Amino acid sequence: MNPSPPTLRPATWTPAIRMGLSIAAATGFYGISFGALAVAAGLTVWQAMALSLLMFTGGSQFAFIGVIAGGGAGSAAMGAAALLGVRNAVYGMQLNGMLAPTGWRKAVAAQLTIDESAATAAGQTAPDEQQRGFWTAGLGVFVLWNLFTLLGAVLGDALGDPRRWGLDGAAVAAFLALLWPRLKQREPVALAVVCGVVTALAVPLVPPGLPILLAAVVGAAWGWWVRSPDAPSVREEAAT
Amino acid sequence: MTLWTAIVLACAATYLTKLAGYAAPARWLQNPRMARVAGAITVALLSALTVMNTFAAGTALVLDARLAALGVAALALWLRLPFLLVVVLGAAAAGLVRWLG
Repeated sequence: MNPSPPTLRPATWTPAIRMGLSIAAATGFYGISFGALAVAAGLTVWQAMALSLLMFTGGSQFAFIGVIAGGGAGSAAMGAAALLGVRNAVYGMQLNGMLAPTGWRKAVAAQLTIDESAATAAGQTAPDEQQRGFWTAGLGVFVLWNLFTLLGAVLGDALGDPRRWGLDGAAVAAFLALLWPRLKQREPVALAVVCGVVTALAVPLVPPGLPILLAAVVGAAWGWWVRSPDAPSVREEAAT
Repeated sequence: MTLWTAIVLACAATYLTKLAGYAAPARWLQNPRMARVAGAITVALLSALTVMNTFAAGTALVLDARLAALGVAALALWLRLPFLLVVVLGAAAAGLVRWLG
């Protein structure tokens, strides 16, 4: 079958569509925690929605509000979000080879390129199933992620002082939960520990936001020079 | 830079990063170093964000209720609980410690 355009004909309830929908349900709902944490960090409901609609890559969105919540400047938040989005370029190269989208579909596919859609497409072997998997997961997560961001932002706005409800603790838990699936081998654990220590040492010394960018530099250097069989790679990442 | 400016610029940067992947020559994928750097940056940033959100208060390091959130979240993740439950338990731990203290 030729690589078909993203017209999802639900005539067949294929494994790729089922996987895409379950991944969309499993991940879309935690948009609620993003929305709540975004307003707790000081963003308006509209600013939280702009991030979910336009940025649409969970790790980068959490990084952006994480820096703002820590008192960092907008430029540092921007840097952290952009660096956490670097892996999407790697997914884009893989998906371009798999799906070969053309014209406006390429522009839409790029926006829908995230951990979940890349993982769903990569989990299929037949080209038409890769197409269905990517578009089902990408569009499914996009719709649910944005709906639940709105819900979380409105609810969070209504809660008042976020610290009283432990929302700063929720942010800690969310970042640890995003990191956790990447720590299955010894090397990423070592990298995480080194970067955690670098961050802690840098906090009293440099302006807020910069410790995170410093850790990113350490990570980039590590990835460039450390050649170990269990080095962290975007290809091994589970969907988060 | 206002918050809105930072949001718009950050969204543009992440979209262009995604688009650049689709525009890059396929042979770049043959270089596993690219994938390693991207993977290592992801681990580094998530670790830094976890540490900063647990211990930083402006430019000071403090131990407060957020440490309880970190411990409870780690336990929940070790027990393989789902993401949302981990986040809720983290919030509950921090909220409870503040309420008791």
